[in-house]
Amino acid sequence: MTTPPPDGLIVVAKADCPTCRLVEPLLAELAAAGPLRVYVQDDSDYADALPDTLYDETLEQSWRLETEFVPTLIRMEQGREVSRTYGWDKSEWRTISGLSGLGEELPAMRPGCGSKTLEPGITERLELAFGDVQLQSREIDVSAEDDAIEACYTRGWSDGLPVVPPTPVRVLRMLKGTTRDPQELVGLMPPDLVPCTVEKVAINAVMAGCKPEYMPVLLAALEAALEDDFGLHGLICTTMFGSPLIMVNGPIAKAIGMNSGNNALGQGNRANATIGRALQLIIRNVGGGRPGEIDRATLGNPGKYSFCFAEAEDSEWLPLAQERGIAAGRSAVTLFPGEGVQGIIDQKSRDPESLARSIAQSLRAVDNVKLAMAGDAVLVVSPEHARIFIEAGWSKQHLRDTLEQLLMAPGEDLLVGAGGIAEGIPARFKDKQVPKFRPGGLLIVRAGGTAGMFSAIIAGWAASGPVGSSPVTREII
Amino acid sequence: MNDSILLDPTAENAPTQRARLLRPDSLDGKVVGLLDISKPRGNVFLDRIEEQLAALGITVKRYSKPTFTRPAPTALKQQIAAEVDVLVEGLAD
Repeated sequence: MTTPPPDGLIVVAKADCPTCRLVEPLLAELAAAGPLRVYVQDDSDYADALPDTLYDETLEQSWRLETEFVPTLIRMEQGREVSRTYGWDKSEWRTISGLSGLGEELPAMRPGCGSKTLEPGITERLELAFGDVQLQSREIDVSAEDDAIEACYTRGWSDGLPVVPPTPVRVLRMLKGTTRDPQELVGLMPPDLVPCTVEKVAINAVMAGCKPEYMPVLLAALEAALEDDFGLHGLICTTMFGSPLIMVNGPIAKAIGMNSGNNALGQGNRANATIGRALQLIIRNVGGGRPGEIDRATLGNPGKYSFCFAEAEDSEWLPLAQERGIAAGRSAVTLFPGEGVQGIIDQKSRDPESLARSIAQSLRAVDNVKLAMAGDAVLVVSPEHARIFIEAGWSKQHLRDTLEQLLMAPGEDLLVGAGGIAEGIPARFKDKQVPKFRPGGLLIVRAGGTAGMFSAIIAGWAASGPVGSSPVTREII
Repeated sequence: MNDSILLDPTAENAPTQRARLLRPDSLDGKVVGLLDISKPRGNVFLDRIEEQLAALGITVKRYSKPTFTRPAPTALKQQIAAEVDVLVEGLAD
């Protein structure tokens, strides 16, 4: 606890501010009329003849008084502020001081200077030192090491790429991106099932390179990943390829500058790159899901560094999140246990029937052409391909229905051993028509640059559905 | 910016290792549980272990998790803990 400022007048000043120097001769007059405390932000002889001038070396008092400019003149009564002005404004100073002849020879007005409390990087330090936020994470002193980034590598906190060292100031700045309490529990983080707080999310977001404004997306993505339907525990530990892919819908994608256009599935956009990476770092650092340890992936996929993009929403096609129950105009994330990207090149189809057949044939490659109802898939349709469907009046649902029809296959072709291939589905499907995907197992999004008659398949985990992982959509609040 | 203090991004699990329970000197009179995590062909492996243990006159109880993708349900873990002295769990196929 700090002692509240005394009743009377308070002036906060800086010696190197010309306006503070301008009003300095008036301070004796104010002190003679009643109690006056002067806080000086820089080391000087400013107003040192007055009885109650204090050097605010730590800036604590200036910060507590929420000083933005110097000079600032404040009147306190019964422990509470009743009036304030800043800079030199003759009539304001006269009103607040009650001295009607104050500063007669001075000009009517002079602007002040910025308070030292608002210099870059200072505000967060003052908040950490004097504010209410109490960060709980263990502090690790790396001053004996040459380079903080190398120190992060040494401790095993990195995915292989450099991380931004999570200093308390950076973490506090990241926490400004959410209204949630730093100590709020987001969930139990698999595979170690340890409590993950908003603060731990923020630390890993700093390391990934996120901006604070990404926090709501990251928190929603983490909460979606932690829903039981998503089966994150098994997804982290599996020998197979998959890992969380984040797809973003709604106005927040544009607001934080996400890429849904050229190279949407590739590198180069900060939000796409760092939101996906932050989720992976949380899995690694908080959950303990490290490759070669409990992450048993045989091959993995490059998306395990980061896999996150936004849908290029088109008024003619229902966005993914709305298909999955989110209201129009709201933002949401959809989590999918994605593998890598398989391109579909079709530069010749000009009608939706041909293009749908072309895409359906390509989708058969998911998992293995002889497997069915194992892994889900995301079909990413580029604008030039989407246009062919949209101009022919095909909705996403129509495309999905058509693909599902085209993907029915005679069971006998897929059986174990059929075609001289041991892999395949059980003999009980011999006389049945077999769908490639389980119901609801084919997701369609529109993304990509406006030139290029390509689409892409992102295959899911071969343990899709209740046995393993189902896609999860969650609104971003 | 001073980078010398970093905040720990991990779960801060205590570094000290948990001591394991002592292994039994003998399985005589013990009940052995076999937990099938529901990976393909795990049952083949566990069937063979059961045969061998049974040949030694050891009581065996079988359990299986609903899916390998999630930790065992709490009720199952409690049941196993109540019914057996030793558990063998197959971790992968």
